[in-house]
Amino acid sequence: MADRKVVDARGSFCPGPLMELIAAMKMVEVGDEIEVLSSDKGSASEIPQWIKKVGHEYLGSVEEGGVWHVTVRRTK
Amino acid sequence: MKILIVGGGMGGTILANNLARRLKAEMKSGKVRLEMLSASDKHAYLPGLLYVAVGRMTPDEIYRDQRSLLESGIAFSVDPVEQFLLDKNQVKTKSGRVVDYDLLAIATGSRMFPDSIPGLKENAEFFYTEETAVKMFNKLREFKGGKVVIAMGVPHKCPMAPLEITFMLDDYFRERGIRDKVQLHYTYPIGRVHTLENVAKWAAPEMDRRGITYETLFNLKEVDGAKRTLKSEEGSETGYDMLISIPAHRGMEVIESNKLGQNGWIPTDRYTLQMENRPNVFVLGDTTNLPISKAGSTAHFEAEVVGENIAAMVKLGSPVRRYDGKVFCFIQAGSEKATYAMFNYTQPPDPRAPTRALHWFKLAYNKLYWVSARGLL
Repeated sequence: MADRKVVDARGSFCPGPLMELIAAMKMVEVGDEIEVLSSDKGSASEIPQWIKKVGHEYLGSVEEGGVWHVTVRRTK
Repeated sequence: MKILIVGGGMGGTILANNLARRLKAEMKSGKVRLEMLSASDKHAYLPGLLYVAVGRMTPDEIYRDQRSLLESGIAFSVDPVEQFLLDKNQVKTKSGRVVDYDLLAIATGSRMFPDSIPGLKENAEFFYTEETAVKMFNKLREFKGGKVVIAMGVPHKCPMAPLEITFMLDDYFRERGIRDKVQLHYTYPIGRVHTLENVAKWAAPEMDRRGITYETLFNLKEVDGAKRTLKSEEGSETGYDMLISIPAHRGMEVIESNKLGQNGWIPTDRYTLQMENRPNVFVLGDTTNLPISKAGSTAHFEAEVVGENIAAMVKLGSPVRRYDGKVFCFIQAGSEKATYAMFNYTQPPDPRAPTRALHWFKLAYNKLYWVSARGLL
């Protein structure tokens, strides 16, 4: 069964939520999901842009109380 | 009360000196014992390696004797920890010694890990160790012209390093009079030239002005040394004559082998800097898994908070401060100018245009660092 990893990147300006996701992607198995928590609304567009270009799967974003939850799946 | 600090880098050293001053009376009376275990009798100012790689510092300038940096009363041993026996409040060292503690601070740092990218270690130049920085300097001296590519892994130590080395290389080749024979090509993992948006807004036009080409959304996947090409995770490919890499980093092997954290990063509370589920274990510097810059200033500010809190635990029974995520990074913008970025968990950075004055201040800080390490600045 696939695992789900939460990357808490709230308050991360540098390296930032996308960089945290890129690092985390190398630490999970193919098929696993990663949920990125970000306080930067830019993550909701920036993360799907990278996911699309690199060929992983974007599962969606929701905003709750100023925190964006962006979920993706490693596919390769 | 036995306080043990594991690691003699920037975070561990500042913490030890901070505590030695705050707990001077308690140490003198024997109520507190403060001990540091390190892997080396030398203390390195690691940001100096960037300057070594381009011939602006020599290796001897970046080292001091570790003992000379520590306040008297701190028991210091070169005897690296091999086992963390956290359930017993003990560590076991390389020499076989078992050391008990009541409070433990882990500040073992990080290491470059180019092995995660096929072909990278064998074909790229690095500046994260003395050996590789000197090798890179000699390769640069021999370089007559061609395409120089800067590529990086994630996460890496010092998020400003990719821009700093790129602009310093531009100046280096200009000073040698061969800039017209060199194509400098910068790559970066996300969709702009630096993760800090305000820094990227300044850096991209500066690259255009200097004639530096760049490709964003480029995550290094593999290097083919025979064909002198590198491929990205995103599917692009570029050739090179000289490859300079800011490689991915990992925490130290002893953290991984003791299963304290995946890839050597210890799960840490972002405000208290305590290891998750271990209230008597503090983590600072590169060793944490926090989403903030792996940089000396991070370790410095964390060490001040941990120092104040451990001293308060001794004197009052509980910690008194929270770490707010404070980071301050100089940005060397070529060999003549510099600026800085300062931020925390809630305040984004707003770096100003680089100036010569800040460049001179950065050079001064390269010497002032030894005052910082002593916990005085």
